[in-house]
Amino acid sequence: MKKKYILSFTQDSVDKPITYDLIKKFDIKINIIKANISADEAGHLLVEMDADRESMERCFKYLENNNVEYVPAEKRIIFDQEQCINCGSCTAVCFAEALTLDQESKELIFSPGKCVFCKLCTKACPLGLFEIHFNE
Amino acid sequence: MSAKTIQEINEKIKSGKSVVLTAEEVSEIGKDKTAAEIAKQVDIVTTATFGPMCSSGVFMNFGHSDPPIRMQEVSLNNVPAYAGLAAVDVYLGATETDPENPRYGGAHVIQELIEGKAVHLKAKSTGTDCYPRKSVETSITKDSINELYMYNPRNAYQNYPVATNTTERTIYTYMGNLLPNMSNATYSTSGELSPLLNDPAMETIGIGTKIFLGGTVGFVSWQGTQFHTTKPKNEFGIPVENAATLALIGNLKEMSSEFIQAAYYEQYGVSIFIGLGIPIPIVNDEIARAVMIRNEQIETTICDYGTNGHPSIGKTNYKELQSGSIEIDGKKVRTAPMSSLPKARKIANTLKQWIDNNQFTLSKPVQSFPKNTSLNSLSDEGDK
Repeated sequence: MKKKYILSFTQDSVDKPITYDLIKKFDIKINIIKANISADEAGHLLVEMDADRESMERCFKYLENNNVEYVPAEKRIIFDQEQCINCGSCTAVCFAEALTLDQESKELIFSPGKCVFCKLCTKACPLGLFEIHFNE
Repeated sequence: MSAKTIQEINEKIKSGKSVVLTAEEVSEIGKDKTAAEIAKQVDIVTTATFGPMCSSGVFMNFGHSDPPIRMQEVSLNNVPAYAGLAAVDVYLGATETDPENPRYGGAHVIQELIEGKAVHLKAKSTGTDCYPRKSVETSITKDSINELYMYNPRNAYQNYPVATNTTERTIYTYMGNLLPNMSNATYSTSGELSPLLNDPAMETIGIGTKIFLGGTVGFVSWQGTQFHTTKPKNEFGIPVENAATLALIGNLKEMSSEFIQAAYYEQYGVSIFIGLGIPIPIVNDEIARAVMIRNEQIETTICDYGTNGHPSIGKTNYKELQSGSIEIDGKKVRTAPMSSLPKARKIANTLKQWIDNNQFTLSKPVQSFPKNTSLNSLSDEGDK
């Protein structure tokens, strides 16, 4: 199963080769989408991980033991879709195609799993309905 | 050639025999029918749009305090309102902003008033013999004040250019966020559903036309500002740039925030989405032909908003725009609307329902709009 996670590293885990271990030890296919180390040396990594269930569970255990927090990326995306007026402005900037318009109804289709955390939608929405938290 | 009068159409509405279609429905049905057939079968076509329209606002009268005040400096939720009118009359423009919060403005105050929320009023004056009070501070709602009516100097633009950006940096505009190197293009009309694209010569729409405005009945009060009737037209009589406009009026107290929505465009400012619908009486074959217009026949100009003067860099049509991408100079460019087609469809269907239920009859314009108009421009004294 393929799924995006945000991994948050504390100061003492930032310099460990965690990603290398995930690949070598647990045979996880990793696609790094976004990475950041902030001024206080806490690190954040947006990755898409692909592995069987068992490997994923072992991987999560390993992350816990190494003080790396993991959260499904979708949980860091807040979109108040109930307020959406389907103007379509956000679809102008969403190149990951997490925000598209239905060809017939022209209503917004939101696929949070496709989001790459570029945050362009937060500026494009005239109603300010998006909040995306990567490293905050 | 079949011809009907508006009076005959209204009688059909009253007897429950009128045939009403939305502009999208008539475009679809019209594919394999002649204008004469449509004129015979259809009585009314409903058109609609729901897009950001900056030139909007509301007039209001607060009522007099005791002792009374001649308001000179007025704010509502800290958004300044224009008070250069009689003592307690003001005009609140949709794009006016709270000096301490550029993301909050007149549009938001208007939406809160519609929703019945309390709004904080502050007013100051130098005081006169007949209006001695020098300040007032209180909270108002739509029910606590007297008149509260929307007056929009310019809405319902007949067509509008597509915006793109050929420069190397993102630009933030009223047409949305335009990414560098023509990575996207935005457009803002509801195409074949748009009011003034269904009666491009404005044969049935004029001063006094009764319309749907913000969820209630409103009226066309005048030609809108920047009313331009001599822009280049295509073979279907459609101006291929922004052309005619309408000034609209309606009772804000009866409106719904389902059809009026405050907005903020990044680094541009506050604006407001206005839901409006106009019924077009099919009085003759010519009007029938006009309402049968399809998205592929409605062309518009592509403009480069990254370059001064927004020069034209191509042409497209609404079928292509609504498909999600267009081609400019051989490059495939993603397109996105600025106005909501689902909302416009809802408005066209609501208006259709009002007519079907005999809750709305049509009006003949009291006066037609001027013909052969064009626009003046403004030059600064320092410009050459």
